[in-house]
Amino acid sequence: MDIVFLTFILMLAIFLGFELINKVPATLHTPLMSGANAISGITVVGAISLAGTGEQDLANWLGAAAVALATINVVGGYMVTDRMLAMFKKKEGSH
Amino acid sequence: MENSTDLGMLIQFVYVASGALFIYGLKMLGSAATARRGNMLSAIAMLVAILAALMDQGIVEYQWILLGFVVGAIIGGAAARMVQMTSMPEMVALFNGFGGMASLLVGWAALSGATSTFTLITIALSILIGGLTFTGSLVAYGKLSETIGSGAVMFKGQQVVNSLIVLGILGSAVMFCQHPDTMQWLYLIVGLSLLFGVMAVIPIGGADMPVVISLLNSYSGLAACAAGFAVNNNILIVAGSLVGASGIVLTQIMCKAMNRSLSNVLFSGFGSVSAATGEVEGEIKPISVEDAYYVLEAASNVAFVPGYGMAVAQAQHVVKELCELLEENGAEVSFGIHPVAGRMPGHMNVLLAEADVPYDQLLEMDDINPRMENVDVAIVIGANDVVNPAAREEESSPIYGMPIINVDSARTVFVLKRSMASGFAGIENPLFYKDNTRMLFGDAKESIGGLIREFE
Repeated sequence: MDIVFLTFILMLAIFLGFELINKVPATLHTPLMSGANAISGITVVGAISLAGTGEQDLANWLGAAAVALATINVVGGYMVTDRMLAMFKKKEGSH
Repeated sequence: MENSTDLGMLIQFVYVASGALFIYGLKMLGSAATARRGNMLSAIAMLVAILAALMDQGIVEYQWILLGFVVGAIIGGAAARMVQMTSMPEMVALFNGFGGMASLLVGWAALSGATSTFTLITIALSILIGGLTFTGSLVAYGKLSETIGSGAVMFKGQQVVNSLIVLGILGSAVMFCQHPDTMQWLYLIVGLSLLFGVMAVIPIGGADMPVVISLLNSYSGLAACAAGFAVNNNILIVAGSLVGASGIVLTQIMCKAMNRSLSNVLFSGFGSVSAATGEVEGEIKPISVEDAYYVLEAASNVAFVPGYGMAVAQAQHVVKELCELLEENGAEVSFGIHPVAGRMPGHMNVLLAEADVPYDQLLEMDDINPRMENVDVAIVIGANDVVNPAAREEESSPIYGMPIINVDSARTVFVLKRSMASGFAGIENPLFYKDNTRMLFGDAKESIGGLIREFE
C-alpha cells in the first residue's frame, strides 16, 4: 500500500482524535482513558494474521503472544469501562 | 486468485465500517448520558475488526489465535471484574503496558515479511514505542500500587545515561535498517527500548502520575499505529492514532492543571526538589468531631473537596452518607473536583460515582471557585496541594501559579487529615494556619463516621 496514503490517514485520524477528545468533560476522563486503552488493543487485528501462518516459526509464536496480550487489553479495557460508566448517574428529579 | 482479492477488498471495507464505529463511539463517550452506549459501540467496532481479520486468507490454522483469545479474555475479564475503583490507575497503567508489548511483538513478527526500508523503519518504531510503553507502564504500575517507592529516583549523570540510551537506539535502528538479517541489532533495539522505558519513568514523582499515565496511554496508541504501518493495516493506524491523540489531549490538560510544562514534568524530578522554607504565620486550630457537627448542622451550603487521601481511606461511601444527611438537614451540597486530584485524570469522579453521588453534583474547579464565597463549610478530605493557597500567594513556592480550588474563601474550612505531614509535593500548606481553618485530625473514614453518628 502507498506510504503517502497511509500517512494521509494518520494525519486525518490524529486531527479527528484531538477534536473528539477536547470536548470530553473532566468527569469522564477516567472512563475515556480506559476506553481508549481498550481501543489501543486494536493491535490484536495485526497479530491475528501473524499468529495463523501455520508455520511453527518465531513470527508465529510472537504473533500468538501478541494476540493474548492485546486481548487482555481489549476485554479488560471494555469491561472495566462499562463497569465504571454503569455507576455514573444523574440526580433524580425529586427527593 | 480473483476470489482472494475480492475477499481482500471486502476485509478492507469492513475495516472502514469499523473505523466509523470507533469514531462515533468515541464521540458518544464525550457525554455522560451517552457514554455507556459509546463504549459499547466501540467494543462492537473492535469485534467487527477482529472478525474481518479472521477472514484473511493467509490464515491456515486457528488454534494459536484461539488460544491467545482465551488466555487474554480470561485474564482481562478477571482483572476488570475484580479491580477496586481505588486501584483504577494501576490497572490502566498495567493494561497500557500490555498494549505496548503486543505492538512490540507484532512489529517483531512482521520482520519476516518485511521488504522495504520504510517497513523496516516502522518495525523499529513499533518496537521502540511498544517497548518503552511496556516497561514505563510497569514502573508506573509499581509506583502507583506502591510496590516500589513512589518518589522520584534521580542520580548523578542521569541525563547523560539517558542521552546515551537514545543515541544507542538511534544507532542500532540505523544498523538494523541496513542489515535486517543480522538479528543482534534487533535485539539491541528491543533491549534498549525496554531500558529506556524504565529510565524515563523513574525520575517522575508520585504526584505527577496523572501526567505519566496519560502520556503512556498515548504511547500505547502510537505503538499500535506504528505496528499498523509495519503490517500495512489501516484500522490499526486509525484506531491507534485516535488513542494517541486522546492521550496527548489528557496530558496537556493535566500539565495545565499543574501549571507545568510537559518537559518539566518529564525531566525535573519534582519530588526531589527541596521544599521552600517559607515561614507560615498563624497557628493550627484542631476541632473535635462534636464541635464540627455543630458547625455543619448550622450550615446551609457545604462543599466537599476530595483528594487522593479519600481514595486511600476508602471514605467515598461515608462521604455520600454524610452528604445525604446534610441535604436532609436542608443544606445545599456540592463537590469540587480538581483536575489532578487523585492519581489519574477523573479518578475522584469515578470513586464518587461508585458511592452513588450523581455526576451533576460534581463541579469542576472553574465552576466551584466563583461560588466558594457563598459556601459555609468547605470540607477538604485527603487533598493538600490542590487547595494550597501558596500556589496563589507565594512566588517562591514550587507550586506557585498552579490553579487551585480556593477553599480558603469559604466561611469555614474543615481539613480532614491524618497528621501534620506535608502533601505529596512536600510543601508546607498555609491553608492549615488560616483563621477560618479547623483541623479534624484522624482517619478520614472514621472522622466522617463520627459526624454521621452525631447527626443520627
